[in-house]
Amino acid sequence: MSVPKGDVFLAGVGGQGTLLASEVLCDAFLLSGFDVKKSEVHGMAQRGGSVTTHLRFGPKVFSPLIEPGKADLLVAFEKIEALRFAHYLRPGGAMVVNAQEIFPPSVATGQERYPQDVTERLRAVTDRLHMVDALAVALSMREVRAVNIVLVGAASHFLPLPEAAYEEAMKARLPSMIVDVNVRAFRAGRGLLRGQSIDS
Amino acid sequence: MSVLEKKEEIRLLSGNEAIARGAFEAGVKVASAYPGTPSTEILENFVRYEGVYAEWAPNEKVAVEVAIGASMGGVRALATMKHVGVNVAADPIFTVSYTGVRGGLVIVTADDPELHSSQNEQDNRHYAVAAKIPMLEPSDSFEAKEFTRLAFELSEKYDTPVFLRTTTRISHAKGVVRLDAPVAPAFPPGFTSDPAKWVMLPVNGKLRHFVVEERTKALREFAESWDGNRIEWGDRSLGIITAGVSYQYVKEAFPDASVLKIGLAWPLPVRLFREFAAGVTRIVVVEELDPHLETHVKSLGIRAQGKELIPIVGELDPRIVRQAITGEAIPVRAPEAVPSRPPNLCPGCPHRGLFFALKKLKVTVTGDIGCYTLATLPPLGAMDTCICMGASIGNAHGMEKALGPDGAGKVVAVIGDSTFLHSGVTGLMNVVYNRGASTVILLDNDITAMTGAQENPATGKTLHGKPTRRTDLPALCRALGVEHVYTVNPHDMTQTEAVLRREVARPEPSVIITKAPCALLPEHRRKQRPVYEVIADLCTGCKACSRLGCPAIEWVPFTPEEATAAGKKTTQKGMARISPLLCDGCNQCPPLCKFQAILERRS
Repeated sequence: MSVPKGDVFLAGVGGQGTLLASEVLCDAFLLSGFDVKKSEVHGMAQRGGSVTTHLRFGPKVFSPLIEPGKADLLVAFEKIEALRFAHYLRPGGAMVVNAQEIFPPSVATGQERYPQDVTERLRAVTDRLHMVDALAVALSMREVRAVNIVLVGAASHFLPLPEAAYEEAMKARLPSMIVDVNVRAFRAGRGLLRGQSIDS
Repeated sequence: MSVLEKKEEIRLLSGNEAIARGAFEAGVKVASAYPGTPSTEILENFVRYEGVYAEWAPNEKVAVEVAIGASMGGVRALATMKHVGVNVAADPIFTVSYTGVRGGLVIVTADDPELHSSQNEQDNRHYAVAAKIPMLEPSDSFEAKEFTRLAFELSEKYDTPVFLRTTTRISHAKGVVRLDAPVAPAFPPGFTSDPAKWVMLPVNGKLRHFVVEERTKALREFAESWDGNRIEWGDRSLGIITAGVSYQYVKEAFPDASVLKIGLAWPLPVRLFREFAAGVTRIVVVEELDPHLETHVKSLGIRAQGKELIPIVGELDPRIVRQAITGEAIPVRAPEAVPSRPPNLCPGCPHRGLFFALKKLKVTVTGDIGCYTLATLPPLGAMDTCICMGASIGNAHGMEKALGPDGAGKVVAVIGDSTFLHSGVTGLMNVVYNRGASTVILLDNDITAMTGAQENPATGKTLHGKPTRRTDLPALCRALGVEHVYTVNPHDMTQTEAVLRREVARPEPSVIITKAPCALLPEHRRKQRPVYEVIADLCTGCKACSRLGCPAIEWVPFTPEEATAAGKKTTQKGMARISPLLCDGCNQCPPLCKFQAILERRS
């Protein structure tokens, strides 16, 4: 049996928890017998700037970086970050985008407007666009920090892993006191896209 | 998938975690470092292993000196730093090359092509050549651990310090690593006096130089036969010579090509290159940054292509490599135009208050390395220079001497607590000694923040988390001869501005310490803090608060119709809003509002 391979590109804003989300994803792949590599940048980029993670899985992975135009799945934690890295998506690739808007400095200071046409522009990139309101889900759970795992749950529909792999990964990775809330966040996130067409 | 057969023995580790694991398995007893991206996590992970000692040193030179001392004392020792840290540590490094070691000694240099978090993208393979020190260069986490273990073996076998070089995409990329058991030391700790080896008087140093040259010859022979330098024969029409992460990009872009993979960046083999060259039609050298391998290959008279195809600036990736070698552009969707999102000072950052006040003084600000370097970006735009760790004070003093009386009261140096202790202290000593009058602002946020919250000599805690004596910053400045040392709360911008104006005008050196904890510190985050909000009816859209550049303060633009609907003048262009998710309650913005529209949220 051939082992599937794929490239997952995560984009967000420093402080949104993209790092932990990608850790959980990597662990889930590793536990399921895949080779995995991921790459991200720490340090200065964390300070409220754009942050990205390149995550690659398959029978054998060489490059830790995804090439532009090759990602199978783009998971964006913020709307304009989806647009900023949309060129990484392969033709026909899927996007899971958090509907949250976080103003970049030029918008927050009134020099320009937050683009009003993000969803339309994303739809022009792919018709496999799935907008989700992960923040609302996290707030309804009274845990704003769970946005990242809600998104992992939504994104899980596009990845070749059983649900149990993610939960096992969270149990192994997270401090025991926050496992429960994150498992619930994952399930709620997964529920957001249940029933939607996810085919390529 | 052979590496995945025994699940209990494999882990997904970053290169830095793998190096820490490798050092533990190699039996390292003493490790010292100054934090610096992308190297920081090596010691943060290493310290978690049983039975090891690890510390944050005030700077990289001290870290290397500590590691040398531990090696002299007969244990395996590690010093880690970012690429520019090697510049600071170069002095002991060039001479420990001569003395050699007792316990294995490894120096990690974590380079940063693409300048993700650095002031330059220097290629530290040059240091291996210049200091005549062997350098291993892993191409993923798996090799990072294996090469770390090997580095200690080579160090003891060849009586030499060994460099281990990573780049950001090695240090901060995760990959599968197989764990092994730690090894026992080959000999007990202990120092044996041997002046001919350890005391580098000229007479001894000259003799050791001969030893170094012989050692390099022996290591070159090792390089010929070690399987970390290896030929992977494939299609003979294209032969690629590569090393480090570039190897992965090559394998991705040209899975069928013949590849010569170099794992020992210095010294380089000769026969292996000739063998490879004889077996392929076209040779391309694929390496990030400088033409290190290429220069060596060409010095052997081998015809090869390199930097005429492969960019010398920035990182590579598989696409860049493929395009460079095939010469064919690979079409890809153009990036969308969207508002940029540069890194910013956090909500509640104490530095913001200082720079807001400082900007009003219209002085030239010589800056330094830390989060506060971000104050150079708009809207604060309050920093004029940044060269390297500790440079701000010397820069201010030099500028003052250049400008003469015209410059009096017009130049201010800004430096963080950790950076000051790293290499600002001597700069301040120089100001006092040489009759300068600089005003130095010492930003004391109680942590080394930029690299992700590391302790330093002024925080009162060690890397092991143990309480320790704090360096008293005001007392240190006074001991250097600065008479005027004042501490202010930077969140109180009125007080800060008043003290700044007074001290900048003073024709003598002075130090202003802005003291408030980093907003990301757990002890700060645990505190009950207010959340502020903008009372919409009172906001006139004057943007006074926006000038802080706080990420929590958002501008809501109006059309004339929206303005009317909101009960505002049609000319009002918008109003401010504070994000309750981001507000840190620092109280910097409420006093800026003339209309008292910013109030503490009550619900």
